[in-house]
Amino acid sequence: MHSLVFIKQVPDAAQVRVDYETGTLIREGVPAIINPFDTHAIEAAVQIKDKFGGSVSVLCMGPPMADEALKKALAMGADNVFLLSDRVFAGSDTLATSYALWAGAQKVIQEVGPVDIFWAGKQAIDGDTAQTGPGIATRFDVPLVTYAVEIKEVDPQARKIKIVRLLEGGTETVEVPMPCLITTEETLNHIRFAPLPYLIKAARTPVVLLNSSNTTIDASQCGLKNSPTKVKKAFTPPKRERGEMIEGSLDEIVNTVYAKIEPMLKQLGKV
Amino acid sequence: MIKQDITQYKNVWVFIEHNEGKIERVSLELLSKGAELAKDLGCEVCAFTVGDKVEQFAKEVGEYGAKKFYIIENPVLKEYRTEPWRDAIVYLIDKYKPEVALIGATTLGRDLAGTVATKLSAGLTADTTALDIDPSNKNLLMTRPTFGGNLMATIFCPDNRPQMSTVRPGVFKAVKNPTKPEIIKEKYDITEDKIVKKIIEKVQTGEEKVNLSFYEVIVAGGKGMGKKENLKLLEDLANVLGGTWAVSRKVVQAGWAPQSRQVGQTGQTVHPKIYIAAGISGAVQHVAGMKSSDIIIAINTDPEAPIFEVATYGIVGDCLQVLPKMTEMFKQKLVK
Amino acid sequence: MRKKDFDVVIVGAGPAGLAAGYVLAKAKVNVAIIERGTFPGSKNVMGGIFYRKALDDLMPDFYKEAPLERHIIEQKLWLISEDSVFSTGIRSEKFNKEPYNCFSVFRAKFDKWFAQKVQEAGALIINETVVKDPIVENGKVVGVRTDRPDGDLYCDCVIAADGVNSFLAKSLGLREKITPNKVAIAVKEIIGLPENVINDRFGVSNDSEGVTIEITGPYFEGMETMAFIYTNKNSVSIGVGTIIEDIIEHKVNPNDLIEKFKTHPSIAPLIAGGETKEYLAHMIPEGGYYAVPKLYTDGFMVTGDAAMLVNSVHREGSNLAIESGKLAARTYLEAREKGDFSAKSLSAYQTKMEESFVLKDLKMYRNLPHLLEEKRYLLTKYPQLIIDSMYNIYNVDGVSKPDKIKAIKERLKKDFGYWNLAKDMFTLWRKLG
Ligand SMILES: Cc1cc2nc3c(=O)[nH]c(=O)nc-3n(C[C@H](O)[C@H](O)[C@H](O)COP(=O)(O)OP(=O)(O)OC[C@H]3O[C@@H](n4cnc5c(N)ncnc54)[C@H](O)[C@@H]3O)c2cc1C
Ligand SMILES: Cc1cc2nc3c(=O)[nH]c(=O)nc-3n(C[C@H](O)[C@H](O)[C@H](O)COP(=O)(O)OP(=O)(O)OC[C@H]3O[C@@H](n4cnc5c(N)ncnc54)[C@H](O)[C@@H]3O)c2cc1C
Ligand SMILES: Cc1cc2nc3c(=O)[nH]c(=O)nc-3n(C[C@H](O)[C@H](O)[C@H](O)COP(=O)(O)OP(=O)(O)OC[C@H]3O[C@@H](n4cnc5c(N)ncnc54)[C@H](O)[C@@H]3O)c2cc1C
Repeated sequence: MHSLVFIKQVPDAAQVRVDYETGTLIREGVPAIINPFDTHAIEAAVQIKDKFGGSVSVLCMGPPMADEALKKALAMGADNVFLLSDRVFAGSDTLATSYALWAGAQKVIQEVGPVDIFWAGKQAIDGDTAQTGPGIATRFDVPLVTYAVEIKEVDPQARKIKIVRLLEGGTETVEVPMPCLITTEETLNHIRFAPLPYLIKAARTPVVLLNSSNTTIDASQCGLKNSPTKVKKAFTPPKRERGEMIEGSLDEIVNTVYAKIEPMLKQLGKV
Repeated sequence: MIKQDITQYKNVWVFIEHNEGKIERVSLELLSKGAELAKDLGCEVCAFTVGDKVEQFAKEVGEYGAKKFYIIENPVLKEYRTEPWRDAIVYLIDKYKPEVALIGATTLGRDLAGTVATKLSAGLTADTTALDIDPSNKNLLMTRPTFGGNLMATIFCPDNRPQMSTVRPGVFKAVKNPTKPEIIKEKYDITEDKIVKKIIEKVQTGEEKVNLSFYEVIVAGGKGMGKKENLKLLEDLANVLGGTWAVSRKVVQAGWAPQSRQVGQTGQTVHPKIYIAAGISGAVQHVAGMKSSDIIIAINTDPEAPIFEVATYGIVGDCLQVLPKMTEMFKQKLVK
Repeated sequence: MRKKDFDVVIVGAGPAGLAAGYVLAKAKVNVAIIERGTFPGSKNVMGGIFYRKALDDLMPDFYKEAPLERHIIEQKLWLISEDSVFSTGIRSEKFNKEPYNCFSVFRAKFDKWFAQKVQEAGALIINETVVKDPIVENGKVVGVRTDRPDGDLYCDCVIAADGVNSFLAKSLGLREKITPNKVAIAVKEIIGLPENVINDRFGVSNDSEGVTIEITGPYFEGMETMAFIYTNKNSVSIGVGTIIEDIIEHKVNPNDLIEKFKTHPSIAPLIAGGETKEYLAHMIPEGGYYAVPKLYTDGFMVTGDAAMLVNSVHREGSNLAIESGKLAARTYLEAREKGDFSAKSLSAYQTKMEESFVLKDLKMYRNLPHLLEEKRYLLTKYPQLIIDSMYNIYNVDGVSKPDKIKAIKERLKKDFGYWNLAKDMFTLWRKLG
């Protein structure tokens, strides 16, 4: 079983602050992490490898410093890691990103072998679109299974996999043939504390660098210029001011709160 | 990027999401918003969908202003499966060339939109919360939250059509505007043996089916609720206020409530009129999911809790006392 | 035979561990460095002063590529009271010439860069792994046990570079439990300010020149305290370090100390308008020479802060750490020649250290910590006297200079007594000499 996991390096959302004066995000000093959903994709792939054998490859598109994310992936049990890094990718929207990742993955396939399961996180916590996974699946023309919460059954002989995925009001279990692409929810698994030999192996495994010249990526489909969507402007939502503290006895507090929200309750037709 | 003749594309299309014979509310919201956009563009708002028996929806989409209703019916399309639905929809869009295509940003909608847009090489904006037409060039301006709601971005798509967007449920109002839509029925041949994905089982738990964004009042509890049994206090108050209850991630992780009740970055984003946060510390990831609520009432024993930074009204106190008191007092006032 | 995973395992990727790792990797030794942080430097978010010499010996001209903030051209010492400052120091164009004397750095960036170099040299750095115990067999250290599954590592020799709390040195009985009179707690902040504002306020001409100010005096109410301000490119590091014993005795909160310090009339204008970007509390070993443990045992050497190697008078630590790491590594290389990692063989490390500036410097100040502990008034009364005297001499108020000198002498006599004064001076001279 060969898994290929797509991971994105993102700023740790918990530490990003907003500069309300300039309307931008302060990213300085904010540590970069693997997109939290993607860590569950790596974990799922490694668990399948542990059970059925094979290997886990990881591909990340990003700036050179994203090699740290890949080092982490190795430490979690990945075997081969690839960093797709080139100026021509800068400013790609999801259409261009899924193209670049698809084309970069061709190189991984060439080096490591055909892929049985592609994995992506459900969503990146910075761009927040949840579109890249579906985009890659479409380009590979493999079945897409989003919002996976359980890998129910893997049958390497029949080359089939059963997955439980989240629906708006419940779950559904689907069966797809491999290769397929799965996007992962946080509840898919618990990230294990990796054994030390994984980390030692990780420290010894190099990150393979890919760019537009050592792959077959067509630069005319990447980057800001070749992305159909453009960002017209970015701004910060108005800051919420710290409000009023309500004090007094329990009865007083609850009465005051009621008085404060009564107009709203009226407007909602609840009073 | 492929150069397109964008003048061929016309009309605003809205995808009608349906489940078990019922239309999802967001689709009706989008018809209403789509009608406004169509007016600015000087064109028509149209509905489209695929499925087994979908013609029956014509009446309802007409009530919300759809001038035309494009459909494909085929028994194998009965249940949503990404690939066959995508192929049928791509067929419709390729043939009729709408200039705008809006899809609700639901679980189904976001699964579908990403693959449709890729097949069409179209630009797709995610999870939009505002839609406008640029008066100077008639481009659709789509505004959306990123970075867990910390940064808003206005996206446009100047050279490609259709301009696609998934739109967050609950942002626009569904307003009745009755018309009698013209039904355009296309045939798309696909048989079950061509479809590799099989649905083995569907579990619809009544409890878990909750779309928090439909509610105007949400009473949410965090780890400070102490134990699972105490979540009942949230439900009680929510019932009195005609709303629903929700929780923080820690509560989900503790196994006190299902994930479908979670508000925040990895849960649902909500913007009710009133949000009551009881025993919730106010971590950024939680706040990202509720900070656009109109009124936020925070109850926390810790006066330094970050939740007070975003609260309209703050109460330093024990939620296990404050919540029942609120329920008791509000009940008297609201019953009248 | 049990497996051997590495020749050497180093615990801790601070300056000491990295220096040792660098020397060993360069000599083609199979070495692993275990670090509990997410990356080297990640637990060291703050800035400090980095002295060039020790590392330059290992990696000539490193300063040309390392991520450094400003090179220091002026070092000041301030004695402060509630309302006054007595200032001395040295500013020199000699400090403004390559290869420079020292730099302000952000350890998070610097250690990460250093770690990169060490990796390139061939050492393995394993992050996010905590060493729990030494593995001891027949009285010899033969490896370490980590918190990971399958987490035991065997080797010829373990080098402890695990910082001030060194669990390893303690568990091997080399170090006694730290007593509160031997460690200081330092609270630090990084305050963001525009480059040009820093240049103006600290009187330097561009963003590569920097200034340090070390501060002590009666303002700190008799607690053994050393405060500091260092200039970075577009921030200043400000901190207050106080002996823990004093903190306990005075029942103060270290956070309040820095808050109060920031409001001092001579400090406040230096940081006015700045925004606190980061905050950290950390311990500094201050026990001096007598707190330094035996530096080796069978299969084991201890370096850097783990060996309490900090010169608190000059606020040097990282350079002592690097020097000790280097010497421990060299000792290993010699021991390997002999194939002997016993305590006897590794005792050469102790000898090397005694001969180096590290222990010589610490030895010179060996009695100071004890003296200050006994006579806290040395930190209050004398500085206050100096400040008041300077104020009186400079304050033109119609009193003649001879009368002023007389008044100072009288105060000396009254507050201290000439005899006590002479005694203190003599002791100080003896202890420092
Ligand atoms: C403010 C802003 C708004 C934007 N809005 C849009 C928009 O509405 N529509 C649009 O098309 N683009 C948009 N973009 C561009 C978009 O963020 C990028 O294309 C980004 O590379 C991928 O999208 P995402 O971050 O949303 O990832 P998602 O699609 O949410 O990511 C899902 C998964 O895909 C994989 N993945 C994503 N990126 C990478 C990568 N670089 N390397 C490896 N795996 C990856 C990961 O597994 C990840 O978990 C926007 C960018 C910005 C800055
Ligand atoms: C990648 C990522 C994604 C995340 N996504 C989400 C998300 O979607 N949603 C989310 O909620 N979190 C999310 N989190 C988790 C988030 O960081 C916080 O850990 C979580 O929100 C904390 O939940 P809490 O406020 O219930 O618990 P705590 O932080 O433990 O706070 C409990 C609060 O209750 C107060 N309290 C205690 N007893 C009482 C009492 N009797 N009366 C009143 N107050 C009391 C305490 O003072 C405290 O403030 C995410 C984290 C990460 C890393
Ligand atoms: C506030 C402050 C200001 C200072 N200013 C200066 C200055 O200006 N100039 C100067 O030269 N010195 C300064 N010092 C002293 C200097 O920081 C130290 O002397 C120096 O960092 C010591 O290096 P080290 O490698 O011995 O230890 P450290 O730098 O402390 O490194 C120890 C490493 O070991 C890791 N570790 C600890 N335990 C374990 C374990 N069990 N398993 C795995 N890893 C572990 C830690 O995470 C850490 O990375 C200052 C210290 C402080 C606290």
